[in-house]
Amino acid sequence: MSILGLISQLMAIVVALVLAPLLSGWVNQWRARLQNKSAPGLLQPYRVLRKLFNKESVLAEHASTLFRMTPYIVFGCMLLASAIIPTLSTDLPLSPAADAIALVGLFALARVFISLAAMDVGTAFGSLGARREMLVGFLAEPALLMVLFCASMISRSTSLTTIVETLAHRELAIYPSLLVAGVAFTMVSLAENARVPVDNPDTHLELTMIHEAMILEYSARHLALIEWAASLKLFAYSCMGLALFFPWGVAQAHAPLELLLALPVLVIKLAIGGVLLAFIEIASAKMRIFRVPEFLATAFMLAVIGLLVNILLGVA
Amino acid sequence: MNSFTPPSTWIHLDWVLVVVCAWLLIAILGVLALKRFRLVVTVLFPVSGAMSLLLLGLALSAAVNRPEVAVLPIGLPQLPFHLRLDSLSAFFLMVIGGVSAGVSLFSAGYFRQGEGTPPGLICFEYHVFLASMAMVVIADDAYAFMVVWETMAFSSFFLVMANHRIPEIRNAGYLYMLVAHIGALGILLCFGVLQANTGDYTFANMRAQHLSPFWASVAFILAVFGFGAKAGLLPLHAWLPEAHPAAPSPMSALMSGVMLKIALYGILRVSFDLLQTRIWWWGVLLMALGLITALFGVVFSTVQVEMKRLLAYSSIENVGLMCVGLGLSLLFSAYGMKTLSALALTAALYHVVSHAFFKSLLFCSTGAVLHATGERSLGKLGGLIRYMPWVAWPSLIGALSCAGLPPFGGFVAEWLLLQSFLFTTGLPSSFLNMLVPVVAALIALIAALSGYTMVKYFGVIFLGQPREEKLAEAHDAGRWERIGMLWLALGCVVLGLFPNQVIALIDPVTQLLVSAGMAKTVADSGWLLVPVSIERASYAPAIFLLGVLACFGVAYLLVRRLYRGGTRRAPPWDCGYPWQTARMQDTAEGFGQPIRQIFEPLFRMRRELPTSFDEQPLYRVTVEDPLWHGLYLPVAAMVERISKLIGLLQQGRIAVYLMYSFVTLIVVLLVVKQ
Repeated sequence: MSILGLISQLMAIVVALVLAPLLSGWVNQWRARLQNKSAPGLLQPYRVLRKLFNKESVLAEHASTLFRMTPYIVFGCMLLASAIIPTLSTDLPLSPAADAIALVGLFALARVFISLAAMDVGTAFGSLGARREMLVGFLAEPALLMVLFCASMISRSTSLTTIVETLAHRELAIYPSLLVAGVAFTMVSLAENARVPVDNPDTHLELTMIHEAMILEYSARHLALIEWAASLKLFAYSCMGLALFFPWGVAQAHAPLELLLALPVLVIKLAIGGVLLAFIEIASAKMRIFRVPEFLATAFMLAVIGLLVNILLGVA
Repeated sequence: MNSFTPPSTWIHLDWVLVVVCAWLLIAILGVLALKRFRLVVTVLFPVSGAMSLLLLGLALSAAVNRPEVAVLPIGLPQLPFHLRLDSLSAFFLMVIGGVSAGVSLFSAGYFRQGEGTPPGLICFEYHVFLASMAMVVIADDAYAFMVVWETMAFSSFFLVMANHRIPEIRNAGYLYMLVAHIGALGILLCFGVLQANTGDYTFANMRAQHLSPFWASVAFILAVFGFGAKAGLLPLHAWLPEAHPAAPSPMSALMSGVMLKIALYGILRVSFDLLQTRIWWWGVLLMALGLITALFGVVFSTVQVEMKRLLAYSSIENVGLMCVGLGLSLLFSAYGMKTLSALALTAALYHVVSHAFFKSLLFCSTGAVLHATGERSLGKLGGLIRYMPWVAWPSLIGALSCAGLPPFGGFVAEWLLLQSFLFTTGLPSSFLNMLVPVVAALIALIAALSGYTMVKYFGVIFLGQPREEKLAEAHDAGRWERIGMLWLALGCVVLGLFPNQVIALIDPVTQLLVSAGMAKTVADSGWLLVPVSIERASYAPAIFLLGVLACFGVAYLLVRRLYRGGTRRAPPWDCGYPWQTARMQDTAEGFGQPIRQIFEPLFRMRRELPTSFDEQPLYRVTVEDPLWHGLYLPVAAMVERISKLIGLLQQGRIAVYLMYSFVTLIVVLLVVKQ
C-alpha cells in the first residue's frame, strides 16, 4: 500500500462526503429550473443537514435497537461503496476488499436494513414502503449485477479498478454491449435512487411513495444520516456510471499529477450528469407501482442482452 | 475390526465409529429413561452435543489424511460392512458434527413434557438418525449404504411423525415415506448399474469399472433421480414443505440443514467418484434441474404465510443452487478444465456448509418462537424482537446469511458461484456460452428474491407491533436454546469472515474429485479471497466488515460531534394518521402480494373475494403448488386405477386361484415344448 494510494483513498472518501449533498442540490436546482420554478440554493442540502443535526430526535415508542442502528449501517454501507468505486483514481487500497459483486451486495445490505427498520415501528406506511422497496430491489439488483458483468466480460475481471483501467485504456471504439448496458444502468439507477419515473423524492402522503414511506419515522440526527446516505448513494451510482461508460480522466496508480487533475474532471462530469438526470426526471411521468416491475424487467433483459452481445461478438 | 493402517497410528475412522456408537448408546439410554424427562433433556442431549463437537474435531483433522478403510463384520454372512473415510466423507462429517452440535444443545432446552412423542423416544429416534447420517457418508459398499440410508429415512420418518395425533402430520409423514422410497428405488437401481454385472457391490469395485457412455448416463440419471428425491429437486420436492412444518423444529433443522446435504453427498459420490466417465450434458442437466428447482423454491417461499413452510421452500431453493454449482463443475470437468471445475465445486460445497448452518439456525428460531407464542402462522406474530432478543438477533444473522448478504456465509458461496460462471466463456461450445449469461442472470435474480423472502420472514415475525395481544407475554429462549443458536450463528459469521480457511478445508475434497484445488491460490493471497488471480477478482470479507465498521464509526463520531439535540420517545407519526392498530401493518399475505402478481402463471391460486353485500366479508387467497395437481394427483389416480385392474384378478375364491395356476402351468408347458 503506497502513500499515494492511501492519499487517494482518503481523498475519495472526503470528496464523496462533501460532494454528495452538493450533487443532490445541483440536481434539485436544475429540476426546478427546467420546470420554470425558482430554484433553491446549491447549498440547500447542507442547510437541511445542519437543521436536522440541531433538532431533537423523536423516536417511536416501541422502536427497537435495530431501528436506531440502521441509519449508521446504511450510511456506513454507502460511504464504503463510494470509497471502493474508482472515482478519482484507480489506486485504491480498499478496492481489492470488494469487487463488483460485493458492491452489489453492499447496496443490498443497506436496502435490507432500511426495509427492516421501516417494518420495525409497525406502521401502515412503513411496512408498505418496505415491501415496495424490496419489490424494486429484487429486480434492480440482478439488473445492476448484469450491467457490471457486461463490463467484467470485456475486462475479464470483476475487480472495479481493473474494469475502469481496461475501459479507460481501450481505443475509442464503442462496444455495442456497453451501449445496451448503459441504457439498463440508467433505468436501474433511476429506480435505485428513488427518482421519477419510479419514485418521487419530493412527495409525502402519496400512495405511491416508496423511499419516503420507509423513512417517515426517522427524525433529526437519524434522518440526517439517512438523507446524507441517500445523496451518497446517488453520488456512488453517478460515479459508477461515469467509471463504466466515461472512464477517461480517472488517475492511474503512481500518478500524483493525474490525481490532482482528476477532481475537476470529476466535478465537470458530475455536473453534466446531474443536468441530464434532472432532464430525464422532468421529461417523464411517474409510473403506477405495478408498471415498475415491467420497467425493471426491461432493464434486466437489456443487461442480459448486453451480455449475450458480448459473447456473440466474441469480445470476451 | 481390521483396518489396513497400522493400529499404532491415530485412526480417525475408529474414532468416528466410537462417536456413532456413543450416539447409539445415548439412543438406547433415552429409551430406558423414557419417562425421566429431566435426565433425557439435561444430560443426554448435551452429552450428544459434545459428541458432535468431537466428530467435528475428528473430521477437521481427517480432512487432509489419506483415505482410511475398515471392514465391519456385521450384517449378512459374506457381506460385511465396508467403511471408508476419505476427504469427501470427512467434509460431510464436518457438516454433520458442526450443525448437530448446535441443534443438540438447542434440543436440550427445546423439548417440553407432554407434547406428542415422549422425549425419551424422540431422543432415541434423533440419535439413530444422527448415527445413520454419519454412517451414510462413510459407507463403502452398496449394501451397507442402503442399510444405513434406509435407517436414516425411517428414523427421520418417525421424527416427522413425532406429533402423530394430528391427521395432517400423519399425511405429511406418509408422503415423506413414499417419496423416500421412490428415491431409494432409484439409488438401488443405480448401484445395480454401477457394479456392471460383476456381482461385487463394493464401491472399490464400482470405481474400477469402466462403463459405456450409455450405461454411465443411466447410472447418473438414476442417481440424480434417487438422491434428488431426498434433496428435494423438482419434481420430487412435494414432501419437503409438508414434512418440515410437521416435524419438531430441531428435527426440521437437522433434516433441512444436514439430511438434504447427505443426499447431495450421494450425487457427488456417484457422479464424481464412482463413475469414471463424465459427459458434458450431465452437467447441463443437473444445472437446468437445479435452476428450475431454485427458481420454483424461491418464488414459492416468498408467498408462504407459515414460517416453517417458508423456510422449507427456501431450502428447496438452496438445494437447487447447490445443484447448479455441481452441474457447472461437472461441465467443466467433462471438458477437462480442472481448475474451474474445482472453483465451481468449491462454490457448491461452500454453499452446502453455509446453508447447513444458517438454515438450522432459522429452523431453531422458529422452534423458539413456536414455543413462546404457540403460533406458526406469520400473520399472528410480530414485534418479537422486544420480547425475545436472544432469538431475534441470532436469527437476524441467519436471515442475512440466507439472503446472501455480505459479510456472512451465504454471500461467499454466491460470490464463488457467480465467479465460476464468469469463467464459462472459456468453454469450447458456443451453445453453452450462450446459455451461461442466462443462468448467471437467473442466479442473481434468485439471490435477490431470497433477500425479499428473508426481509418478509424476519420483518413479519420479529419487527413491527405484535399482531396478537398474547404475544406480549412471549418468553425468551432458555439457556440451552441460546447456546445452541449462538453456536450456529457463530458458524454463519465464521463462514462469512474466514473464507480462505474454509476453502483450505474444502481443498482436499476438490483434489480428490476433480484433481485440482483452490488452496494454493488462496494461501498466497493472505486475507483476500482470490479465486484465480487478483486482477480477475478478489473479496476480503474481514476488510469489508472492518470497512463497514469504520464507516459506521465515522458516522457515529460525526453525529457525536455535530449533534446538539436530545432524544424523546413519542407515539409513531405515520403521516399523522390517528389511531393506528397493529392490524394495519403489512401482513404476510400482503408482503407476498407483489410476487404473487408478477409470477402469477406459476401459482395455482384460489381467491375468495367478498361482494359489497356480504354481512361478514371474507377475503382469502390460497396459493397451491401446480405440480401437486398437475403431477402428483394424476399419478396417484393412475396408480389407483392400475391397482384396481390388478384387483380384478383377485377374486378371493380358491377355485379362481387354482385356475390361475392351471393356466400358468399350461402356458409354461407350451413355451417349454417349443
